[in-house]
Amino acid sequence: MARIIVVTSGKGGVGKTTTSAAIAMGLAKKGHKTAVIDFDVGLRNLDLIMGCERRVIYDLINVINGEASLRQALIKDKRCNQLFILPASQTRDKDALTKEGIGKILEELAKDFKYIVCDSPAGIERGANLAMYFADDAFVVTNPEIASVRDSDRMLGILASKSRRSENDEEAIKEYLLLTRYSPKRVKIGEMLSVEDVQDILSLHLLGVIPESKSVLNASNSGTPVILNEESNAGQAYADVVARYLGEDKPHRFIDEEKKGLFRKIFGSK
Amino acid sequence: MSLLDYFRSSKPSSASLAKERLQILVAHERVSRNQPSYIPKLQQELLTVIQKYVNVGQDAISINYEQDDNQEMLELNITLPDESEQNN
Repeated sequence: MARIIVVTSGKGGVGKTTTSAAIAMGLAKKGHKTAVIDFDVGLRNLDLIMGCERRVIYDLINVINGEASLRQALIKDKRCNQLFILPASQTRDKDALTKEGIGKILEELAKDFKYIVCDSPAGIERGANLAMYFADDAFVVTNPEIASVRDSDRMLGILASKSRRSENDEEAIKEYLLLTRYSPKRVKIGEMLSVEDVQDILSLHLLGVIPESKSVLNASNSGTPVILNEESNAGQAYADVVARYLGEDKPHRFIDEEKKGLFRKIFGSK
Repeated sequence: MSLLDYFRSSKPSSASLAKERLQILVAHERVSRNQPSYIPKLQQELLTVIQKYVNVGQDAISINYEQDDNQEMLELNITLPDESEQNN
């Protein structure tokens, strides 16, 4: 049975695509055949973050319209043979994105894949609604920031009422909190909401905290999912997230400020 | 450091302010999210009927919807104007 994961947030710029790329790569590297789908029709970016932008020939809308087969459109990752990317369309009309079309694609993917990661666009328009409609699990990506927390709560309401599972009276979508761009230093001096603050408000199961890290921008600059940078905090944090999702017991890291030695104080950290 | 802390503690941190604002806002939004979708229309139509008989303003009527495990409660509150205003 394939498991469909939606990466959602409501608010833009909180790290949905970074997260989708990282966890899809993480799951695939653990040996699970994984597909990651970009639902942001018109503004595709997952291809860039995955570093396969020059290999895009067909996209999601081509498959829905029957202009290409799923096999033709899926891009096989060059670093991990268990990972496949289905890019969004760049130019086409959003109306082509239909529930029936997406349903068919997911059904076909489910025969062959273990995990299907749906990278949701920001907002609560059609793309976002369809990305979550068929989901089994939801990763709610939230920044420790007032607008992001509010929008996440809004998405929880939609997840609970407008999904296939809710419409069929099935078991609800499993919701997980992923707190990204976390700065323990700013939390300590009272400038940023803490993990506990956000959990108090959203009451979600915490899957992981991704620290604010330079390595995220470096990763997207080079088209390498940050999880592949095993030396970076953010990469390690995403690896933990994947492990926890798969049922491993990993204590949370990067929540408290790390103690720097004199050497690193002088020469800076990564 | 302790002196610095003393000055800091004199006013609430911006994070605690954010948390407080969020808690109020989110609680409010969750209530309105869970209420039936007909409430705003019901409110509007009731207001129209009442205005046929009494001269009340747009905000004279408030509807409160509450739900717990075994019952739903619809609370309707109409504020009638003072008599002096009514005579005008």
